[in-house]
Amino acid sequence: MQTKFGVVVFPGSNCDHDAYYVLKNIFKREVNFLWHKESDLQESDVIILPGGFSYGDYLRSGSIARFSPIMNSVIDFANKGGTVLGICNGFQILLEAGLLPGVLLKNNSLQFVCKDVYLKTRNFETVFTNNISENDVLKMPIAHGEGNYFADEQTIEKLENNNQILFRYSSKGGNVDKEYNPNGSILNIAGIANKKGNILGMMPHPERCCDPLLGKTDGTKIFNSIINSFIN
Amino acid sequence: MFKAKVIVKRRPSILDPQGTAVEKGAENLGLKNIKHTRIGKFIEFSVDVNSKEEAKNEVEKYCSKLLANLIMEDFEYTLEEVDAD
Repeated sequence: MQTKFGVVVFPGSNCDHDAYYVLKNIFKREVNFLWHKESDLQESDVIILPGGFSYGDYLRSGSIARFSPIMNSVIDFANKGGTVLGICNGFQILLEAGLLPGVLLKNNSLQFVCKDVYLKTRNFETVFTNNISENDVLKMPIAHGEGNYFADEQTIEKLENNNQILFRYSSKGGNVDKEYNPNGSILNIAGIANKKGNILGMMPHPERCCDPLLGKTDGTKIFNSIINSFIN
Repeated sequence: MFKAKVIVKRRPSILDPQGTAVEKGAENLGLKNIKHTRIGKFIEFSVDVNSKEEAKNEVEKYCSKLLANLIMEDFEYTLEEVDAD
């Protein structure tokens, strides 16, 4: 069976077409846009909450999108074990919806950061990481003003103990150190999953590095992991 | 009808880079005594109910579910009874 993807479109989403394009043209999968006012997930196997500035980032990033009609269905789907990937603003929405713990604060540099970063993966057993090997260091672009992950000590301890911190900012060689932290995130956190491992939120943009024409393809490892997990 | 005025503030333990940046502006303006600038939000709205108790319930739900993210922010509010428009 072919994995079917649904990309949610909020007013202000701007990476929805990138995600749609790579899934359809690079991975040759069936993919549908899901308008935020709808509640039907159109039998999607995987839901993508794309990057952008939903509702103009008013109040707090992701805070208003979280109450969109489609989000009730997404929350229900996720709680039943459905696969959900939130990228950048999508990560912010997952946190506001309470599907993942913590918040994303303004970058400690006070600046919007737009550049390529390197990511070290931990936990290769999840839907999102099974196609990544231990020695891989993924090169991926980030573009955000509020990516500084914060949670209380207890939450961080749980994330660590349950192996939920899937991606951390690192050097090209895979060394995780403050020096390579672009936004002030606790423990260089770039992406976390829920305990069950079916929901991932990440600041870097895998959909922007899948098409070889763009010169980077490490994002394919994440989408191939998802697709693999449905085949197996 | 009640008029609500809400202030949302970042918790003291959370850094406020916006406040820090604005304070740099104060320095450049020649104000040397400004310290601990923190930026919050002020929100006002009406609640169209008859009792203060009902108004309180609505305001607290609005604040805790949407206007403030309690992981990083606290809120406070005042309620004042006003004539309906």
